[in-house]
Amino acid sequence: MAKIIVVTSGKGGVGKTTSSAAIGTGLALSGHKTVIVDFDIGLRNLDLIMGCERRVVYDFVNVINGEANLKQTLIKDKRVENLFILPASQTRDKDALTKEGVEKVLNELAKDFEFIICDSPAGIEAGAMMALYFADEAVVVTNPEVSSVRDSDRILGMLSSKSRRAERNEDAIKEHLLLTRYNPERVAKGEMLSVEDVQEILAIPLIGVIPESQAVLNASNSGQPVTLDQESDAGQAYLDTVSRLLGNHVDFRFLTVEKKGLLKRIFGG
Amino acid sequence: MSLLDYFRSTKKKTASTAKERLQIIVAHERNRRSGPDYLPQLERDILEVIRKYVDIPADQISVSLEQRSDELSVLELNVSFPDEKR
Repeated sequence: MAKIIVVTSGKGGVGKTTSSAAIGTGLALSGHKTVIVDFDIGLRNLDLIMGCERRVVYDFVNVINGEANLKQTLIKDKRVENLFILPASQTRDKDALTKEGVEKVLNELAKDFEFIICDSPAGIEAGAMMALYFADEAVVVTNPEVSSVRDSDRILGMLSSKSRRAERNEDAIKEHLLLTRYNPERVAKGEMLSVEDVQEILAIPLIGVIPESQAVLNASNSGQPVTLDQESDAGQAYLDTVSRLLGNHVDFRFLTVEKKGLLKRIFGG
Repeated sequence: MSLLDYFRSTKKKTASTAKERLQIIVAHERNRRSGPDYLPQLERDILEVIRKYVDIPADQISVSLEQRSDELSVLELNVSFPDEKR
């Protein structure tokens, strides 16, 4: 049975799509057949982050409406074996995703894939609710910043009350905290909430901490999921995250400031 | 941290302010979530009734439902009246 993981946050711009792309790619790199589904109807962007924007022919809504089948619609990644993308539609019709339609597509994907990553849109509207409704696990992407933490808490409330698992009184969605854009230097200066602070407030287990990194923008500029840049701090932090998702114990890295030379210590910088 | 920072004033760090503010608002919002859906509407209705008689601002009323045990829930209503100097 496939595992459905929603990548969600409430707040926009915290790194949901970057994280979906990075985690999905990491899972495929570890040999698990994975599909990443873009739920952001009307604001499709996963294709751009994955570098397959020119290969989109059909989309999620076409499949729901029976205008195309999954085989025609899924985009196979050219770099990584076992990795597929289901692009969102660019329609402006807000009600394009129906619960029945989404369920049908997810059931069909579940026959073929080990992991289904649902890249949620921002907000708490229908699209975001649809992305989390069928989930078994949730990666809550949070920046160490007040509005993001508050919105994450809001989404945690939705996960425990508005999901299918909640409606059916099944085991709750397994929640994971993924802290992104983490800047240990600013944390050391007392200018940024620390991992411990955010964890204390949200009270869910930590799955990963991604340092603020040049590599993330470079990756999106070139349409490469950041996990393919295995030299980079962010790429490595995402690979650690994937390993933890798969149940391995991996120590956390990139949480503290790198040691500076004497001159830098005196003059700052 | 550079040497110069040691000479700067040691005012409260913003991260700890952020944490305190978040702890308060998140606790407040969780409390609200755990209550029944009708609570906000009930709060507005009660406010309207009171406003027929006394002019009070919207933030001067708070309604909460507390589950004391399996059989007992307590609806708590707090209204602060303004000072009337007539």
